[in-house]
Amino acid sequence: MNLVIIDTGCANLSSVNFAFERLGVAPVISDDFTIINKADKLVLPGVGAAPYAMNNIKSKNLEDIIRAAKQPLLGICLGMQLLFDSLEEGGETIQGLGLIPGHVGALDTRDLPSPHMGWNQLHPLSDFALVNNINSGDHAYFVHSYGAPLSEYTVAACHYGNPFTAIVRKDNVMGCQFHPERSSKVGAQILRNFLELEL
Amino acid sequence: MLAKRIIPCLDVRDGRVVKGVQFRNHEDVGDILELAMRYRDEGADELVFYDITASTDDRTVSPEWISLISSEIDIPFCVAGGIDSVAAAGARLSAGADKISINSPALARPELINELVGAFGTQCIVIGIDSFENHGVYRVKSHTGDPDKMRETGREMLDWAKEVIDRGCGEIVLNCMNQDGMRKGYDIPQLSALRAACPVPLIASGGAGEVSHFKDVFEQAGVDGALAASVFHKSIIAIPDLKQSLKDSGIEIRL
Repeated sequence: MNLVIIDTGCANLSSVNFAFERLGVAPVISDDFTIINKADKLVLPGVGAAPYAMNNIKSKNLEDIIRAAKQPLLGICLGMQLLFDSLEEGGETIQGLGLIPGHVGALDTRDLPSPHMGWNQLHPLSDFALVNNINSGDHAYFVHSYGAPLSEYTVAACHYGNPFTAIVRKDNVMGCQFHPERSSKVGAQILRNFLELEL
Repeated sequence: MLAKRIIPCLDVRDGRVVKGVQFRNHEDVGDILELAMRYRDEGADELVFYDITASTDDRTVSPEWISLISSEIDIPFCVAGGIDSVAAAGARLSAGADKISINSPALARPELINELVGAFGTQCIVIGIDSFENHGVYRVKSHTGDPDKMRETGREMLDWAKEVIDRGCGEIVLNCMNQDGMRKGYDIPQLSALRAACPVPLIASGGAGEVSHFKDVFEQAGVDGALAASVFHKSIIAIPDLKQSLKDSGIEIRL
């Protein structure tokens, strides 16, 4: 398995790398076009502010290569949000990668504390292979203030004040709003599903 | 529903996990990685590592052990201790820490909170507050890792909490010092007072001694997580039993 973690210059690359290593694969962390092109599968991690991450992707000229990728691509947390058409951050709206239709906006948590931080329940809405052996009610670790509403691309939902998309998928592109690398056995199962995925 | 978090806290000094009573008289309780792995296996929802000597000795936590922890455990963890710059925070997050917690350096220079939030986002910036009650007033102390270097800050807990929230922090850990290591229960009145004023996640710290204390702090103070050290280190409370008991009481818990 030639797995490449796209180096966006964001901070949680090593945690994601370690999580795959625990599953017995040795990912390559890279921002090199040739290496990314040759990958069997791609991971787009990300934490922090969306404008910063999107600027990093642009300044490394990674935008087109990610958009053109045909391999299975997994976005994690902010990496998942970047897959959408547009994202809100601090009152501004920025363009995303446009691989999945929709907008990522501020979570409406009602009277609950924000950010949404901690272990919340996944509710699979489709039988896409990324949620194999994931049961409704299984907990995953979330840390975020923004999210995508439910749509036809939602694979699993979560609820915090309002429902939002926990796992999304369109064609070869998919993403998790939570951190599978920090979601214990449930997260490891999802990463294993991604490694075993055939499209 | 979002589960309430059970958070073992590992006070780290010179690469070992230690525990004191009311922040004094620290004794060695084990190896960092060994304890981290044990708590992960037992179902801890998150871990906090406080390098308790960092602020007082004017040094910062070592990214090497952070990387070691990150490679082995698959639950989130927060690192605290002497992080006083964007660079120091960035090194720890890059090494694999999910969150960083700031205490004394934020009191010394509150703008640090804004700088960290700007650089890394609100979601990974935690503020630790050490509060000591005296004649009904909750006062914030700094440099609590070493009794000889502990300082009064002249700040009241609720005022400081409001300021750190305004500056963008993503979570508050309130260490109620009077209760620390006493195992007589969390400070429900103080935590409730902060809960009412705190729109970000709130973690209770200080005083856990038995299972009912966790139930009380979740039900009565509405906190998002409960942090404890000695009851876990000394196996007075087993995490699987604690979580099952809380779940049986109707509290949302990840089993």
